[in-house]
Amino acid sequence: MVKTGELKKIVSKWKDKEGNLIMVFHEIQNRYGYVPRDVSMKLSEMLDVPLARIYEVLTFYNYFDLKPPGKHTISICMGTACYLKGANELLKKFRDLLNVSEGETTQDGLFKLNVVRCLGCCGLAPVVTIDEDVYGKVQKEDIPDILAKYAVKEKNA
Amino acid sequence: MHKSLKKIDEIRHCRKQDSLKETIIVGMNSCGIAAGAREVYNILEEEIKKGGLDIVLKKSGCLGACYAEPLVEVLAEGMPGIVYCNIDKSNASKIISRHFRSGEILQNNVYSFSEGLSPKKNRRKFIFIKDTDCSSSDKEDEYTELFLQEIIKTESSSMVHAAKTEVISLYNKGIAVKIWPDNIVYAGIKKTDIPRILKKTVEGTQIDSLIHKAGTEKYPQIVMRNCGRVNPEDIEDYIGRGGYTALEKVAGGMTGEEIIKELKVSGIRGRGGGGYPTWQKWQFARDAQGKTKYIICNADEGDPGAYMDRSVLEGDPHSILEGMILAGAATGATKGFVYIRAEYPLAIKRVYRAIEQAEKYGILGKKIFGTHLNFDVEVRLGAGAFVCGEETALIASIEGERGTPRPRPPYPSVKGLWNNPTVINNVETLANIPEIIARGGKWFSSFGTKNSKGTKVFALTGKVRNSGLVEVPMGITLKEIVFNLGGGLGSGKKIKAVQTGGPSGGVIPVKHLDTPVDYDSLHKLGSIMGSGGMIVMDEDDCMVDVSKFYLRFCVDESCGKCVPCRIGGFQLLDILSRITHGKGNDDDIEKIKRISHTLIKASLCGLGQTAPNPVISTLNYFKEEYIEHINKKKCRSGVCHELLDYSIDQNPCRKCDLCARTCPVGAISGNRDEGYKIDPVKCIKCGECFEVCKFGAVIKK
Amino acid sequence: MKNKKIKAKIAGIEVNVKEGTTILEAAKTVHIGIPTLCKHADLPPTAGCGICVVKIKGSPKMLRACCTPLENGMDIITQDPELVEVRRTILELILSNHPNDCLKCGRNNNCELQTLAGDFGIREDSFEKLLRNLPEDKSTKTIELIPQKCILCGRCTNVCQQIQDVWALSFLERGFYTRISATGDIELAESPCIKCGQCSAHCPTGAIFEYDETQKVWDALMDPDRFCVVQIAPAVRVGIGEEFGYPPGTNLTHKLYAMLKRIGFRGVFDTSFAADVTIMEEATEFKRKFEKDKKNLPLITSCCPAWVDFMEKYYPDMIEHFSSCKSPHQILGVLSKTYYAEKNGIDPSKIFMVSIMPCTSKKYEITRSSEMSSSGYPDIDVVLTTRELGRMIKQADIRFKHLPGEDPDNILGEYTGAGVIFGTTGGVMEAALRTAYKMITGEKLKDLEIKKVRGLKGIKEATLDIKGTKVKAAIAHGMGNVGTVLEKIREAKKAKKETPYHFIEVMACPGGCVGGGGQPYGVNNELRQKRAAGLYSDDRGHKVRCSHDNPYVKELYKKFLGKPLSEKAEKLLHNKYKKRPVYKR
Repeated sequence: MVKTGELKKIVSKWKDKEGNLIMVFHEIQNRYGYVPRDVSMKLSEMLDVPLARIYEVLTFYNYFDLKPPGKHTISICMGTACYLKGANELLKKFRDLLNVSEGETTQDGLFKLNVVRCLGCCGLAPVVTIDEDVYGKVQKEDIPDILAKYAVKEKNA
Repeated sequence: MHKSLKKIDEIRHCRKQDSLKETIIVGMNSCGIAAGAREVYNILEEEIKKGGLDIVLKKSGCLGACYAEPLVEVLAEGMPGIVYCNIDKSNASKIISRHFRSGEILQNNVYSFSEGLSPKKNRRKFIFIKDTDCSSSDKEDEYTELFLQEIIKTESSSMVHAAKTEVISLYNKGIAVKIWPDNIVYAGIKKTDIPRILKKTVEGTQIDSLIHKAGTEKYPQIVMRNCGRVNPEDIEDYIGRGGYTALEKVAGGMTGEEIIKELKVSGIRGRGGGGYPTWQKWQFARDAQGKTKYIICNADEGDPGAYMDRSVLEGDPHSILEGMILAGAATGATKGFVYIRAEYPLAIKRVYRAIEQAEKYGILGKKIFGTHLNFDVEVRLGAGAFVCGEETALIASIEGERGTPRPRPPYPSVKGLWNNPTVINNVETLANIPEIIARGGKWFSSFGTKNSKGTKVFALTGKVRNSGLVEVPMGITLKEIVFNLGGGLGSGKKIKAVQTGGPSGGVIPVKHLDTPVDYDSLHKLGSIMGSGGMIVMDEDDCMVDVSKFYLRFCVDESCGKCVPCRIGGFQLLDILSRITHGKGNDDDIEKIKRISHTLIKASLCGLGQTAPNPVISTLNYFKEEYIEHINKKKCRSGVCHELLDYSIDQNPCRKCDLCARTCPVGAISGNRDEGYKIDPVKCIKCGECFEVCKFGAVIKK
Repeated sequence: MKNKKIKAKIAGIEVNVKEGTTILEAAKTVHIGIPTLCKHADLPPTAGCGICVVKIKGSPKMLRACCTPLENGMDIITQDPELVEVRRTILELILSNHPNDCLKCGRNNNCELQTLAGDFGIREDSFEKLLRNLPEDKSTKTIELIPQKCILCGRCTNVCQQIQDVWALSFLERGFYTRISATGDIELAESPCIKCGQCSAHCPTGAIFEYDETQKVWDALMDPDRFCVVQIAPAVRVGIGEEFGYPPGTNLTHKLYAMLKRIGFRGVFDTSFAADVTIMEEATEFKRKFEKDKKNLPLITSCCPAWVDFMEKYYPDMIEHFSSCKSPHQILGVLSKTYYAEKNGIDPSKIFMVSIMPCTSKKYEITRSSEMSSSGYPDIDVVLTTRELGRMIKQADIRFKHLPGEDPDNILGEYTGAGVIFGTTGGVMEAALRTAYKMITGEKLKDLEIKKVRGLKGIKEATLDIKGTKVKAAIAHGMGNVGTVLEKIREAKKAKKETPYHFIEVMACPGGCVGGGGQPYGVNNELRQKRAAGLYSDDRGHKVRCSHDNPYVKELYKKFLGKPLSEKAEKLLHNKYKKRPVYKR
């Protein structure tokens, strides 16, 4: 649940700065993993910004999520280098294995599958990141093992 | 002298002393870290501590050669400076034990070498070997081995040592060797030359007939001058390497007019895509009415396959800040924003840190260096919208709105952020500025061509062997970049084309590889310099698919405001998708041309205006591929799945039944006696049979 | 600097315009047409469609005429084969993303996209149909949102956000997936929407459309058990003609009475009469506060339901300043089911009251609180906008041209010049001041025409000397202007200073009701002015120009209500306000 105190802190840091909206969203998303609706409602009040503006901005930028993310975020780089080196095949494999489309979270809430713009590790293409971990030169045969690592971690936790 | 200036003097003095010490530098940009640089750093730190050694261990930004990360530069007494590549936890400790303790070089990991700390005190000489022909199979291993054998034979190992290197700055000159510290280069050597080269090296003389003179100079590194050399998290390191010298000039009385004049003399043009003369932007903003003016650093780098901006932000953030302050001094702006992609967390962290430190050292804030100059910098984050790289959309985004472009004119330099005059420069442009001011516009203009001055950093990727960042003077040919710096193709296939300029650029076919890389030449070929993505494609890359890839990017990133881009782009993508799925129609090419024309002419911003470029240029140079897709339903590169035909070659087939059991639609029939066949009508071209066959009996073409 | 002149050529004709004039505006000055779609005269250019592209001689580039300022020496080409081809392609692209079910669309024959498609002679679908399934939003029962028909021109969001400051509508997502939606993907009824309908009046296509209730009216007219009566609002009489080829501002009052009778209404009334009643009540309220309770001033008018909705959401602290008077059509409604019913011996439960309004918000108003049925029956049964009435007339196919004028049913139909100017910004204030002056001083106001309250300036101020006290009046129209006035009041209250205004008139729509969200399409300031002029000339043509002099109003009070603010008047003609949440979800 969202704590008003926390929100107040974020808002007071940015309130007097012009064009603060996107920066506030960043802080919210960093904190909660997404921008919950009740936060948007409160922000609207605290920043004196219409909810319509909040949503038109939130939904414009791909970076912001309106739904809670999966426990682990899988990002498949679709930069040119990765694409040419088979990122599309990797995406297909992930989709099949997890039974989700890009942008969706698996039913167990464990993984969210994202396609992202160039991560700038073209030398390691094709690149997949899971949370903070970077996997370079990924072959689709590697994927089940990679996923298993996280699933096992989860089981042990 | 103002106290902050005095402090800078002291720092420089102090750093000069430090630079004489033995040093290890670990490249720790995001790509380096992704490849394991942090682990390497920790091991080295541990080893140095354990041995109680007096070695300076530093983190730095990117050294460029992404394909060979992690990279570690080692400077030891009496040894050449070596940049090691592919260092990981298995060999990191050897840098201490072998390189420092035994004065040996890690044979298989030399990326490049330099003069080093004190070449005169050398323990022994080094011969570096490189096969500069990329058409033939590499022979450097063989030659290195021969040199080593010869050394043993002649019992001269205490005098000389040999190792292969990745970089020798020569191209297509056969086997080349460079001798350290004598700085002698022999090219095109034969096996029979080895004994005498060794002999002469030991003697300290040379073989004049083998000496290669021209073309061994290194390319000037302006933008990347500090990347991989300074610790980006330490302002003193930047100062120590001459950072903020340009700003000192301003403190010494250089006026805004004079700064702009230097830029004009330098001839620098915007590196973000448009190629607009930078001095003009600044002049407009200087002349514009208004008390409040802004400088924005456009660090919303987003071209798929371009990451030089990230590299500079991560590797040398202070050069950007210095560039921005200089822009402020020239235009009268007192506030700057760095607009960075949120997807670059390390860059963001380092920029924040740089700002913090610059404030502490009196380089940002009020009365900089005791002058009347005031300048503050704030970070604003992008949020996953490529279109925000467009000036007016970027402004809308900083203002906290949807990042949709606004009509121009008015141009931002007259009416930009919150309606105030605003200069927007991209990262690479700004990184050039301090050097231009410090060393003079004339110096800068000595690099490059008539209308394209200076250097350009390219992110060389795709099917090239050595992918990574390369900074080259404007005007060198594509061929030089791809083959000399990129080492040619790693795939063993034939090169088909080079794509420059990302989704706004075009594809340049192999017949034009001799084109010099500058704004005008690329434009003539239907491409652009863009932000500097350079993607090498080979026979396995389908040109229709490539244009579809770029177009999909633009469609995904269209802001949706204007019809040509929003609907036109989507329609164009729809047509290309149909073609790659084998559903192309005769009139599709006409439709592509018609929609493209409308997009180019009637889109509001550069994203839409340039989105058809990859399509137009592939259609221009590779029309036959389109026609094959449409008429013959064939993809010669084998990329477009649905255009492939699968069949079973009875010869290698062992009749194991696996393919038939795997086929999800039962398209494979037969039995273990008579063999198997694929029914082309039933086949959905999923490729499962091809994947599972262990004997290569399933053929797709 | 500001008055710098620009000299250039457009389509070969020399133009001289002020610096900053766009190519499109400049072309208009020399009567050169450039096709446009997304640009609306009321709004800044959104540069959305690209239809208005032009070229500069000698340059291959195309510019958008709507947003490119003309520069000295430009030689603009407005038409050539390439331009036509590009415009046509853009149009075809839009059509590939549009349902094109014109025959069944509310905007059939009246759609800007359809007109352009006709002009460009588009006969086939060159491109693949790319339609998305987007849910329709009929939640407000006043305006419908049909996002599939939206061409993303941005007019509605611009009006809603910038002109009206309501922020009920916005774009969501981006690129091809951009869509129009109520605040953050909720329904309009849960959003801050005040139902002013300006979005629908500005929409070039059928994407935002009034909630059509004509069938309900036809059904009632067909029902022999129903006694159908009708009233027309002041602004309707000067708007409806535009649907039938009359010049804007033509006053069709009497022809309209005749028309409604022909259509089958058994009682035809005029809201302007009720406006006179409103003035009696409101002026009395003002007198009371002015004489005994000055600190409770200003008095703020309440006849605009969109404004009432806005105030209840955003300025609930102003409730105490609000006139408790219902809006004129509600008053007429309640009187029809009480006074009129009694007088004519009609069972009020049988009376079916239809209001013809320039307004979409009135559709919402009739159910906004229980007081809207204070007689025990709903004051109003159905509200139709001017546009809906236009369609009913077309369906009945009765021609205005040959229709002789008729009179209304007098007891609720005879109105004064004061009553009819209610339909324009400043009109309510002018009418109220005429009567308040008389009520407070006992004397007739010498110059009945108070020019300072007239015109299209967003905020107007006027001072009237009443018995030595200067009464300060403010008039705001276009919701975006209201905040400025109200903030002044809030500030004065906070600082415990004297109120800057004593009497405030607010109308939600720019220009007041003549520019209402339910009026015929194509509104702009020129049209607003002409419509208003029609009302002012109606006022001038009346012998009786003050509400308190209306003989039928006098009779109403004498025979039925007693006096203004009597117990009966309070019960039937007044209502209360309450704070409402801005967002319901």
